[in-house]
Amino acid sequence: MSRVLVYKRFERFWHWLQALLIFSLLITGFDIHGSYSLLRFGDATQLHTIAAWSLIVLWLFAIFWHITTGEWRQYVPTRKGLFAVMYYYLIGTFTGAEHPYRKTTKAKHNPLQRLAYLFFKLVISPIIWVSGLLYLFYNDWPATLTGALNLETVALVHTAAAFAMLVFIIAHVYMATMGHTLTSLIKPMVTGYEDLDEPASKS
Amino acid sequence: MAKLITIRHLRQLGMGMLVAVLMLAGALPSQAAVEHAPPTADHSKFRSLEGPFETASDVTEACVKCHTEAAGQIKATTHWTWLYKHAETGQTLGKNQVINSFCGMAITNEPRCTSCHVGYGWEDMRQPPPEADSAVDCLVCHDTTGEYWKFPTLAGDPTYIPREWPKGSGKIVQPPDLPNIAQNVGASGRANCGSCHFYGGGGDGVKHGDLDSSLVTPDRSLDVHMSPDGGNFSCSDCHTTWGHSVSGSRYQVNAKDTLGIDVPGHTDLSRASCESCHGGAPHHKEKLNDHIDKLACQTCHVPAFARGGVATKMWWDWSTAGKLDEEGKPITEYDEHGHLSYLSEKGDFRYGENVLPYYAWFNGTVEYTMIDEVLDVENPPLEINRIEGGPDDPDSRIWPFKLMRGKQPFDTERKTLLATHVFGADDSSLWSNYDWPKALQAASDMSGMPFSGNFDFIETRMYWPITHMVPPASQALRCGSCHAGESRLAGIGGIYIPGHSANPWLDRIGWLVVALTLAGVIIHGLLRVVFRKRKQS
Repeated sequence: MSRVLVYKRFERFWHWLQALLIFSLLITGFDIHGSYSLLRFGDATQLHTIAAWSLIVLWLFAIFWHITTGEWRQYVPTRKGLFAVMYYYLIGTFTGAEHPYRKTTKAKHNPLQRLAYLFFKLVISPIIWVSGLLYLFYNDWPATLTGALNLETVALVHTAAAFAMLVFIIAHVYMATMGHTLTSLIKPMVTGYEDLDEPASKS
Repeated sequence: MAKLITIRHLRQLGMGMLVAVLMLAGALPSQAAVEHAPPTADHSKFRSLEGPFETASDVTEACVKCHTEAAGQIKATTHWTWLYKHAETGQTLGKNQVINSFCGMAITNEPRCTSCHVGYGWEDMRQPPPEADSAVDCLVCHDTTGEYWKFPTLAGDPTYIPREWPKGSGKIVQPPDLPNIAQNVGASGRANCGSCHFYGGGGDGVKHGDLDSSLVTPDRSLDVHMSPDGGNFSCSDCHTTWGHSVSGSRYQVNAKDTLGIDVPGHTDLSRASCESCHGGAPHHKEKLNDHIDKLACQTCHVPAFARGGVATKMWWDWSTAGKLDEEGKPITEYDEHGHLSYLSEKGDFRYGENVLPYYAWFNGTVEYTMIDEVLDVENPPLEINRIEGGPDDPDSRIWPFKLMRGKQPFDTERKTLLATHVFGADDSSLWSNYDWPKALQAASDMSGMPFSGNFDFIETRMYWPITHMVPPASQALRCGSCHAGESRLAGIGGIYIPGHSANPWLDRIGWLVVALTLAGVIIHGLLRVVFRKRKQS
């Protein structure tokens, strides 16, 4: 066992800023949707729009980072060991079994995580992104779009994706507590370092 | 001691802030009142206006000696003919033709109604107005003294002898000083137009809701354009005229002015729309401009009508008219706000102040239920006028209206509306004898519309577009007035309003999945705790 840098500085910055922005977007978004009334509608939409633009910029940086560092490979799905991980979360965690996945800096997400994050990145986020921009620029739609789409459909898709995002976050936050101790998975996301079965990295 | 100092400091701080706020308010750019060019003629210098004048018509004769085309121009306008040929619906409208839900028809109630005709002596509406140029009333629009008043029962003339008005009030109206009035004529002001348009329906503010005497000298908060502390506009600053023809129509409203700011040489020079001056994208915030395709300016910028302290009539039930007290005398009742709630002459009323408008899609075209139209009497309420438009019509926007409701007489056999002869010093008018069959028969005789003799009352509705009483922008509706569960636009249909509209099934399924996820997580977590304890023990 040795302390290695699992999450690099930009990765952590991206993760936590994204977390902050997504929480802001969820809170203001469901306020705009009318689920509750914490803020005035005008303030809620303004905050929502600012947070959305910030997140889009952050995503552009993150996409660039993933491509240039090759870190995108962390999310390539695999079936190898997938069922073992699922079995562990359903049964093994209660019987005291060890987590079947051995984390390395080259493959730091277990097969289930890979799938979940890939779904987040390739399905939920793009849908939210595209439907949100359509929503924001509803008045500037070209005529071809106006004939094919309406605001109600866009709002429906955007809201459905927001529910998916909320479900993802509940599961994600909970599963972050499922390490050896409650915080053993969260700490590396803050400090960057984790004890792994591999030689100490030189950063 | 410390406490005392703190309080004094707080007070000083408070005063300081107050001073700062006042200075800031003073520094804000104030709206410049509209300036009108000085006239090129001083009418007090004209010998022909020295009088004496026997009648107001004599003044007109003096006017048209110089203003040779004015009378002819007036006689070509709706103000004179009371006729309006609607280009879209083909209906012939105008006061001469339409029936409303107030006193019914003008034609059965002259000379009371014709007291607001822009002329003199139109005593029989079955005939066109008198033809002489001298029958045109110049003074009602051009008097600047405020002394000229068309007496309510004299078919357009002021009174030439001292007369009591209102009847039985003991107040005596003196004849006007016609030479003085004639020598002080000028451009029309708010009070001129208001002398008729503020009093439609038989009293101050009764009819429109956004037009009443409070607009003669309104506060800025009531009407930022017309207030002397604001733009100090006269009506004609927006309702521009062309040869005495006034722009702006309630029968054919320009519900979506796409011409924008009116520039001489480019557009029609009619300024009777907000866009004529403010253009098509007046807000600093882009998102507000995004609303312009669907919302009339008035929808947000006239948050309520009848705000100036004058109540407007919202309900008028004619069916209860005619009740008398034990001594056989007419009854007058007031509600808790001091507004009339019952009159034997007119039935039951409900007045309103600060009334929230009724909202509907509107493309500007108004169609009327004419007096000879066969009604669907099985499905009240009946619409006296119908506003056209809908969400899929690109010329339509959501507009605010005063929704006038009430009950009025109809012919149960012929299934048509009935005009009522309410006013008249004869034996047949409703207000002289409280006898409905007689009043309806008299109205039929006067209007020429048949009456079977059988009648009842039907609930009716009438839509009055709201456009005046625009307060400063800070008093416009907030986003949440519509973008909320309890939305002003609830039930409007055909539009998705974020924060108000939502697919209930998406919400049900969405929150169910969220709840199931939460429940799954909690159960999983609890099981972890239980199994860990078991292992430890």
